[in-house]
Amino acid sequence: MTASLVIFLVLALLAIFAAVSLIVQRHPIHSALSLIVVMVALAGLYLLMGAEFVAAVQIIVYGGAIMVLFVFVIMLLNAEEEERTNFSKLATYAGVPLALAVAGFIAAAIAKSGGSLPAAEPSGTLTSTKTLSNLLFSDFVYPFELTSFLILVAILGAIVLAQREN
Amino acid sequence: MTDFLTQYAYLIVPIIKIAILVFIVLTVDAYLTWIERKVIAHIQARWGPHRVGPHGLLQPLADGVKFIFKEDPLPANVDKVAYFLAPFLTLMLAITSLAVIPFGPQKFTVFGYETHVGIADVNISLLVLFAITALGVYGVALAGWASNNKYSLLGGLRSSAQMISYELTLTLSVVGVLLLAGDFSLRGIVEQQSSAQGLLTWNVFPQVIGFLCFYIAAIAETNRVPFDLPEAESELVAGFHTEYASMKFAMFFIAEYTSMITVSCLATLLFFGGWLSPFPASWWPFTQYLPSLMLIPFGLWVIYDGIRYENLFGRIMLPGVGTALTAVGAALIAFPALNGAIQGPFWFLAKVFTFLFVYIWMRGTLPRFRYDQLMSFGWKFLLPVSIANVVLTSIVILWRMY
Repeated sequence: MTASLVIFLVLALLAIFAAVSLIVQRHPIHSALSLIVVMVALAGLYLLMGAEFVAAVQIIVYGGAIMVLFVFVIMLLNAEEEERTNFSKLATYAGVPLALAVAGFIAAAIAKSGGSLPAAEPSGTLTSTKTLSNLLFSDFVYPFELTSFLILVAILGAIVLAQREN
Repeated sequence: MTDFLTQYAYLIVPIIKIAILVFIVLTVDAYLTWIERKVIAHIQARWGPHRVGPHGLLQPLADGVKFIFKEDPLPANVDKVAYFLAPFLTLMLAITSLAVIPFGPQKFTVFGYETHVGIADVNISLLVLFAITALGVYGVALAGWASNNKYSLLGGLRSSAQMISYELTLTLSVVGVLLLAGDFSLRGIVEQQSSAQGLLTWNVFPQVIGFLCFYIAAIAETNRVPFDLPEAESELVAGFHTEYASMKFAMFFIAEYTSMITVSCLATLLFFGGWLSPFPASWWPFTQYLPSLMLIPFGLWVIYDGIRYENLFGRIMLPGVGTALTAVGAALIAFPALNGAIQGPFWFLAKVFTFLFVYIWMRGTLPRFRYDQLMSFGWKFLLPVSIANVVLTSIVILWRMY
């Protein structure tokens, strides 16, 4: 086992455990904390693939800004522990088959590849910040601008919603 | 033995460096509390600590002993996981952020492993630093929430709102520097500022708006006066750490002082040329004796002050310290190689301590913001100004290109 494989397994297991804990935890803050662990573990996986810029941005944007907002709102609303209820009928008749179908699709895709999925190319030059930004502002400039337009629309929507009461 | 050392040097050398850095940083943290109390005391025409050791110099030690032996009660109905996690998380992130800071220009070889002054030389060190700072808010927010106390909760809420608001400015204000340097690495940013003209090519001159925005936002990020609303003692008892005692309380304080050091290091590296000397390169033969010129008179003064100190312990300790300082100063003149090696770290530390002094100075002079002032200042003034700075810098760079 190489060092990078060990690190990959540790991070992957951490991400999976935290993701399960996100759903199992009954208190919203504990769920949010689990989600932060998932984000940080994913950033570690990106780093392992040599995408250091994406890893840093993952932590800054998702781990930092977005999750701080989540935690802030949960704390502000003083959300209590969730009550356990019986499964709703919808979950039993629609949710379980859907979950099984998704799991089946993933299993089929892995089986089709013959058990040897191509590994992601760990490359320092491919994902360096300069290359990434060059691509972003040349080849992918239209999707990039569209995304920023989408965010602008979201911001305007938030302002409209906030202004409605006055 | 040597084979083992050479083979695993890539592991052993960083671990030794980490141990040394953590030791130095914790000592500096302890003595920062002493400096802070002394400086504020003198601003307010008081003496400050002066009972434990000569001039109160052993006060940090006494504080440490007190923190360890204090009772550590667990408040009722706290969220145990978050309550214990919060101080550890805060301290861990604060110390980790120092790992990417380069303290000097040299490279040296230990056990055949080439290394440098500083722990990790990452090519995106600035982003790593911001990522760690971004996570730092959880410690304060969780501490406030987990304590099951309304004052703590208000402190935690204020802290997270403040950090979200000022982090935008903090990140945007360094974009100007990044545009000038074209590099995310702190080492690269410092090297880009070096020239034969000394301080004239430091980033602070083209980026003076960026620097002011950065420094204000950084003070807000470290929850220091005038932005210390999360722990405003006149309104919130002690804010987010009301329910913490003993070492857990000390951890929040160590973390706060460590982040002050990180921010001062960052301001030095980004805007004030890091370890570069402020004087033109042609002055080199004279300015290289500056550390000795400061150490020897200071050491002699400490001896002079010590021999007339009021008690015997001071009359022994202070002259001892003074002799050591003078000896170091003399050794720097005697060994030119050593003198050359400490030039970078000397300038770096001189600038960092200047910023730390400004922190303390502000605590002694400025009143606290009101909460609505804090928010409107951050969002309506600081953020637009830092965005304008990015636009202005980009326009000037484009104009120079064509």
